Formats: sequence, C-alpha cells, structure tokens
Amino acid sequence: MNGLISLVNMRSGQNGKIVQIDGGAGMNCRLDALGLRVGKTIKKVSRQLMRGPVIVSHGNTRAAVGFGMAQKIWVEIEQP
Amino acid sequence: MKKILLMGNPNTGKSVVFNRLTGANVIISNYPGTTVDFTQGKMRIDEEEMMVIDVPGTYSLDAGDKAEEVAVRMLKGGDIVINVVDATNLEKSLNLTMQLIKKKKPMIIALNFWDETKHKGITIDFQKLEEMLGVPCVPICAVTGEGIKKLTERLKEAKFSKFDYEDKEKWHVIGDIIGQVQELSHHDHTFMERLGDISTIPVFGIPLALVILFFTFKIIRFIGEGLIGYVFEPVFEKLWTPLLLKLSAILGSDGIIHDILIGKLIEGKIDYGQSFGLLTTGLFVPIGAVLPYVFAFYVMLSVLEDCGYLPRLAVLVDGLMHRLGIHGLAIIPMMLGLGCNVPGILSTRILATRRERFIAVTLLSIAVPCAALQAMVVGLMGKHMVYGLGVVYGTLFVVWLVLGILMAHLVSGTSPEIFMEIPPYRRPYLTHLLKKTWIRTKWFIKEAIPFVLLGVFIVNILYTLGIIQFVGKYTAPVISGIFGLPKEAIGALLVGFLRKDVAVGMLAPLALNLKQLIIASIVLTMYFPCIATFSTLVKELGFVDMLKASAIMIAAVLIVGGMLNLIL
Repeated sequence: MNGLISLVNMRSGQNGKIVQIDGGAGMNCRLDALGLRVGKTIKKVSRQLMRGPVIVSHGNTRAAVGFGMAQKIWVEIEQP
Repeated sequence: MKKILLMGNPNTGKSVVFNRLTGANVIISNYPGTTVDFTQGKMRIDEEEMMVIDVPGTYSLDAGDKAEEVAVRMLKGGDIVINVVDATNLEKSLNLTMQLIKKKKPMIIALNFWDETKHKGITIDFQKLEEMLGVPCVPICAVTGEGIKKLTERLKEAKFSKFDYEDKEKWHVIGDIIGQVQELSHHDHTFMERLGDISTIPVFGIPLALVILFFTFKIIRFIGEGLIGYVFEPVFEKLWTPLLLKLSAILGSDGIIHDILIGKLIEGKIDYGQSFGLLTTGLFVPIGAVLPYVFAFYVMLSVLEDCGYLPRLAVLVDGLMHRLGIHGLAIIPMMLGLGCNVPGILSTRILATRRERFIAVTLLSIAVPCAALQAMVVGLMGKHMVYGLGVVYGTLFVVWLVLGILMAHLVSGTSPEIFMEIPPYRRPYLTHLLKKTWIRTKWFIKEAIPFVLLGVFIVNILYTLGIIQFVGKYTAPVISGIFGLPKEAIGALLVGFLRKDVAVGMLAPLALNLKQLIIASIVLTMYFPCIATFSTLVKELGFVDMLKASAIMIAAVLIVGGMLNLIL
C-alpha cells in the first residue's frame, strides 16, 4: 500500500487517516475513548524529544500519545 | 434524599458546575483528573434538598482505570444524571453520553463552554439534539454562571432516553447525530490555539518552558519578598513587638514561662529569628516568613493550572520522566510538592500503577523541598543567595534524577505510557484563581501553624531538659563526622520531623558557614519528611513501602551529605 506509515514517522503538520492499530483490546479501548480509531483523519502536531509522546489533533481535540503506542498506529498520509 | 450525579469527560468543567450548584469550594484545574475521588455537596430546589455528587471524569464506562471504576460504581446509586458535555468537542463527549443512555437513568445534558463555540465557529442546534436524544439539553457557561439557573429549573424534567442503538454502530450513530445538529463554519486559528500547538513543539516548547518557569519563580520571589518587606515585617515590628516587650516586662524578663512564650531576649530585644518563643519565632516563622511565599507560590501555580499549561509541560518532560520510571504527568505532583509535599503525594493518584506511585512519592519526599522550607532557606542564605541556592537546587535536582534512574531499574512493576488529552489554553478567571489560592492558603495556615507552635514548644522543653545536648553528644559522629555540621545541629534535625521551616530557623543561631548552611539545607530536605507528609506517605503507600522509601531516604542522605562535605 502506498504511504502506510506509523504515527511516529509521520511528519509534523501532515494529515493522515488511521488505517490500522496493532494494539490489544485495552489500547484500542483507550484510544477509542478519545476518538482515535480506524478511519479517523488526524493531524500530527508535534513529536517530543527522547522518545516522548506524539501530539495529534482531530477536530478540537488534542491528544498526547506515548511513543510506544504511536509506533503501533498506522496512518495513510493524505496528500495535500 | 435524591442523589444527583455530575458526569462527563475529564476537564469538561464538572467541578465548576458543582461549585455553582452547591456553593461549595472545590479545587478546579485546567487539566484532566483534578477530581480523583468524588466530592459531594447539597443543593435545594423547590424546598427539596438533594445531594450533588461530582463524579471523577471519564471518557467511557468500561472501567479501564480507577476513575472509571468509581464512576461506574456511583452510577448505580444515583437518581438523576447531569451529563456535562464539552460543546466544543461534541463528538468525543457524546461517546460517554451514548453509554450513559444505555444505563437507563433519568438524565439531563448540560452543554458547557457554550461561549467558546462561537469563537470556534461551531453552531449546535441544542433543541434538535434534545429532540433526537429525548432528554433535556441546556447550554451553559459554568465559569460565568450563565445557564445554571435554567439547568436547575429543568432538572425535574430529567428522564431516561428512549434512544436505542447497537454497540458496534456507536460511532456511526454519533456521526449521524453530529451531522444533524452541528454546523462548522471555517474559522482562522486563534492566537491561543496556535500558541497551544507551538508550546508542544520541542524547538519552541522547551525554551518557552524555561522562560515560563524562570518568570514564575521571579514573580513568586517578587510577591513573597514584597509582602514580607512591606506588610508582614512592619506589622510584626511596629505592632506586635511593643506588645511582646510589655508582656516580657510583666513576666519579669526571665523564667520558664517567659522562655516558652517569648524566648530569649537578644541584647534586650526580641529577635524573631532567634528568640524561639511561641509568640515570637513560633508566630513569625509560619506567618511572617513562610506564608507570603506560600501564598505567592499558590497564586502562580493556580495561574499555570487554570490556563492549561501544566499538561503541555507534562508532554515536554515525558521522555525524560520515562527514564525515571514515571511518565510526564508525574510533573504535576512534583510541582504541587514544591508548595507542600502533602497535596503533592495525594495527587500521585493520577498515576496508574503502584510502581509509578512508589517512585513518584519517594522522589517527592526526598528531593522536592516544600515552600516553607525553601522560604526559610532563602532567608538564611542572605547575601550568598545565588551561589547557595544554586548548589542546593542543583544538588537536589541531580539527586532526583539519579534516584529516579536507579529506582526505574530496581523497582519492579510496569509504568504505562502517557496517553492524555491536552486541554486548550483558557483565560484564567480571577475569582477562581483567588478562590483556589485562598482554599490552599487556608489549608496551609490550618496545617502549619499548630505544628510550628508545637515544634517551638517541644524545642524549648527539649533544651530545658537537656535532651538535645544529650542526643547531640551521641549523634556527633554522624552530624559532625559525616556532614561536617556542629553537633548542636541535631536539634534542627529532630525538629525537622515536625516542621521543616522551624528546623531551618533553628540553624540561624548556630552561626554556620556557607558550606555548612548548604549541607544542612540539603540534609534537612532529604533526610525525612515532616510528620504531616510522613503520615500521608504511610496512608498512600502502606507500611511496607513506607519502610522501603525510608530506607532509600536514609541511605541517600548519608551518601549525598557526606559527599558534599568532601567536595565543597
């Protein structure tokens, strides 16, 4: 598939659609509670140093996603 | 009595609504998870008294964490649910609403932050939403109180929703509702939104964090010193001293009662730092020297909390904090601990696992000095302020890092990753700031003054009975041998159990040199928490972990104190 990339490797400022989440039910459940689920379009705001969290935004919500979790979230980049 | 439950996502203003409904004083902050335990209060509608319960914020009812467990349990006993919804974030909020609907409780929806929707280009047809869900929907703005009256008027209309849906269709259904009731018009990002995002980009965020923290401490010192110099010292010296001198003369300037109440006159005068009577040092330390800084600290902390900066700070330091076995959110207990360790330890409840809590509590009680202690150390350093404080804070920071890294390797268990919502920056409201600062300052006055007085009283008794001199003789090998302090310093260490500020105050008459002052300040911070902190620590960690934490403390203070004595 073209342009499938983990949240960690996405560039800041890019938009993308979540296509796959490689986590267990618990992780999916936590992500779902903040509206992060397969099919959702999100924007990566920034990434922190020292394997810190990735900040994503969708609508008016901003969330900090830990590095390990972010590695398991796969995104299809939307070309501007 | 009917029970009304306030439920909603974290940080949707439930506590503000609670304060509005009950007139109670509950601490509100702009970060998720301020209410870890529930709070309850009473309100009266048409002569009927009802109990209002502020349930911890949850995103769902799946009981994934402690707050959700509490929420699910409380829901069973409730009669009416007020679902507080963030109108600027309808989609996310409706997730919980949908789950609440399935619970078949009489419900009413309060659409909070109604005023913000206008700036954000969101239009919500709340009447349509009411029609679709079949429960009353009331737009409110809790901080200004708009809509609260309407909410209470319509409370009796609360009913259970007949809306039905399949669980797996949940997001689909929510999307459908949003599509029908909400319209988004394009809006340019506001300055606050841009600033909000920029402060999480490391290149800008880290320098910004340093600037913010630098100015925070500058302002704390400015307010604290100003209050001491222009208000508290003049009041003590011009009004209180003459009264005490009269009392001293009546008591005959001598004797046990005089020593306990007034203390020693230094060259015929009262010296608030050194006299050490209940009415002199005992009152001056908590009120004249410490209170101004505590007040200043809480003003600034409240500003940082309410505008929503702390979660961003948590995100920035998350990578570093992971090396210590805790995640970024643990910065909040640490910041609170700089005011007083007790609320700091209590707020470690926002951390999910036992391991994280043990590490955070241990680091907090060893390497995070409270405002009372800091205020006294600042006073004691005098003209060597910059160098002295630099060494003290620098050492404590290194201890915090090294101990954290060690514990991350040695303490078993897991530390989950950070995953949290970052609230938008919001303008702090002055009335809330003042209220919050007042709640915290009042708490300090209530907690500190009795213990300071008790401390000063016990010091006098111990000196009079010769106990301090006696213990000093036997602890001299540690005190003098390892730390290089005069053996009289044992008095301060003993009193440190009761109050750290009194303990630092006791160093003043010992005429310590700068090196000894630095070592004494660090040893006093690290060696053992004061009694209030200690009892909180036992309550939160349990007996066994308390023993472990204490062992770490004692080992750390001996090593660090000894090393400083050799290096400096």
